[in-house]
Amino acid sequence: MEFFNHRHLLGIRELTAGEITHLLDTAETFRDVSKREIKKVPALRGRTIINLFFEPSTRTRTSFEIAAKRLSADAINISVSTSSVSKGETLVDTARNLEAMSPDCIVLRHSMSGAPYHLAKICSASIVNAGDGSHEHPTQALLDALTIRERKGRIAGLNVAIIGDVLHSRVARSNIHLLTKLGASVAIAGPGTMIPGEFADFVNEGVRIESNVNDAVEGADVVIILRIQRERQDAAFFPSLREYAVHYGLNADHLQHAAPDAIVMHPGPINRGIEISSELADGSQSLILDQVANGVAVRMAVLYLLAGGSHDGLEHPSEGH
Amino acid sequence: MKLIIANGYVIDPSQGVNTGGRNLLIEDGRFIGLLDRSEAAPHDAEVLDATGLIVSPGFIDMHVHLREPGQEYKETIATGSAAAVAGGWTSVCAMPNTDPINDSPAVTRFIIEQGQRSAMANVFPIGSITKSSEGRELAEMGEMKRAGIVAVSDDGRPVPSAGMMRRAMEYARGFDLTVVDHCEDRSLAGGGVMHEGHWSLLLGLRGMPATAEEVDAERDCSLASLTGAKVHLAHVSTKGTLEAVRRAKQLGLPISCEVAPHHWTLTDEAVNTYDTNTKMNPPLRSQNHIEALLEGLSDGTIDAIATDHAPHHADEKSLEFDQAPFGITGLETAVGLAFELVHRGIITLERLVELCSTNPARIFGLKERGTLASGAWADLTLLDPQFQWTFDVLASKSKSRNTPFNGRSLTGAAVATIVAGRIVYLHPDFSHLTKPKSNAASNSAQRRK
Repeated sequence: MEFFNHRHLLGIRELTAGEITHLLDTAETFRDVSKREIKKVPALRGRTIINLFFEPSTRTRTSFEIAAKRLSADAINISVSTSSVSKGETLVDTARNLEAMSPDCIVLRHSMSGAPYHLAKICSASIVNAGDGSHEHPTQALLDALTIRERKGRIAGLNVAIIGDVLHSRVARSNIHLLTKLGASVAIAGPGTMIPGEFADFVNEGVRIESNVNDAVEGADVVIILRIQRERQDAAFFPSLREYAVHYGLNADHLQHAAPDAIVMHPGPINRGIEISSELADGSQSLILDQVANGVAVRMAVLYLLAGGSHDGLEHPSEGH
Repeated sequence: MKLIIANGYVIDPSQGVNTGGRNLLIEDGRFIGLLDRSEAAPHDAEVLDATGLIVSPGFIDMHVHLREPGQEYKETIATGSAAAVAGGWTSVCAMPNTDPINDSPAVTRFIIEQGQRSAMANVFPIGSITKSSEGRELAEMGEMKRAGIVAVSDDGRPVPSAGMMRRAMEYARGFDLTVVDHCEDRSLAGGGVMHEGHWSLLLGLRGMPATAEEVDAERDCSLASLTGAKVHLAHVSTKGTLEAVRRAKQLGLPISCEVAPHHWTLTDEAVNTYDTNTKMNPPLRSQNHIEALLEGLSDGTIDAIATDHAPHHADEKSLEFDQAPFGITGLETAVGLAFELVHRGIITLERLVELCSTNPARIFGLKERGTLASGAWADLTLLDPQFQWTFDVLASKSKSRNTPFNGRSLTGAAVATIVAGRIVYLHPDFSHLTKPKSNAASNSAQRRK
């Protein structure tokens, strides 16, 4: 059995298949905690976790906060707007100030790729990347994998289609790393401006690039739809939301091309009628709310493995069964 | 005052000299001539025993940022030229992106005077092409030339409009000034922080495609053909740029180009951990571009090695990768990295001297530099191709520490630097080279036994 042997969780790229599986197994044991009447275990009692968010985020921050609290850790949320930081205190100074208060773990969300690496070089606390720029969003990929595994029983051998703005998506990057490491095949599709050809060699296993959504979805067991960031509209990556919705928005017709028991996922929050039709989002194949539930379990596992310390204590969470 | 550089191996491509049999006589800051070793040395001359060393005309760095006036917290002309001579450079050409920009004769004169005061390397200012390097109106090139500039450039803020660049070339030609261009189409590269390719995708960083450099390089070659101006492309980094230069040279156009050591030494993979000391513009490219640079260095398409020495304060580099400024220091590592090319058989020693001295002097029209001819300024770089050393940034003479090469082991170095007949730098391990003149001759005689 392979343990999780990292001080930080910066990205999926650095992890082995064994470490990912271990994280997912740990998350599974935590999933039950959220279903109990008393949704709390003492695993991280006395530990301090700081959620340092330089980008507006409701669900990821809430998910980390709930995860920390269900582990009995003390969780503090700090939201900073990036613009005020660029005018004054640097990320380094902010981090040093927080370090002086001896947190065990800093969960960082930042608009710039690589910011968690910067923090990891100067902090003694464990750093969890909660999304950095267009780089990675490891806990999202883990919760997606947990959701897939829950429904399909496996990752290896599955065909996964990822549709939308892959170029700017940290969710897509982390998912491509994770799914290919665990043996799935990945196809991507979206407007040509958002699918650079270099994605074909993004990982050793290769990624199939399609310009047509139906071709990417063909035979897929899992379809992951990426959020269109409306604020990128002025960057002219596509002509209009209307055109995007017609050509790249996923609807029930597209899903006809997928495997009959295909599942549909989306990292949220969804733009109904743009990248996904309401029919699909609310349909029986949609696992969007399961993803949210699994998000808490995955983040509990990550915080537990990083801030909990001892590997031999891994049996703790299931003791209460 | 007389100085003899004795027993060295002399390489001077400007005169076709490549020989071990000559001593070099210097008097009052100028070369007097190459003496046959059997000729008696003037008895009143100081002797520098260059046994085992290469004696080259002084190295000239066509591309440095000395940050003075205006950003003295990063570097001053004194600290920058001290770093230059420690790295083997006898002359440095200072880019105009200071504060204020060097777009007027007053700033030009200030830079020259500060260079003279620091009394290390020769400092040759480069004037801006346009006022404040804003790309809108021509700067006073004629007045700056009279004050002492050796070329014009809007390095770092490349002239965006082809029409403006045409006027600049036509105007510069009238003053025989070389136009130096940093090739970058900002509409293609805009917002990019590293080379666009596999690694930028992996790291989620915005890329600058090689094409952004290449369309501007093609534009400049075409404009050189139109205007007849001398055009020099700064820090070329891509395969396509070299192809454009190669074609232009075959057509007989007055095009030249330089390459910076980091561009042939490191690939974009070095950005892997978001170390901001791997962030510069043009960015580190992929291996196929490096192959093209090595080919250009070997076949003569590349004319010069220049550092693009760009010091920045540690606080500025200690930011998110997106936020940190572009640029790394380079004056003290360039020669060591250039020797890697020699040891790998990509260039000869003679070619190294051409790239670092002969050609830079020719391209910028630096009179009586880049040559050991009688009457020329006695600027010399003494090289030990086999000297093994490790670059320690804490020992750097520069004010700044932003380099990806700290701790790199190198073979080959400039061990002595002479400017106008004066030894301005002597490597601590080579202090024995200069002995009181009375016993220097007998010392060297003993060594020959």
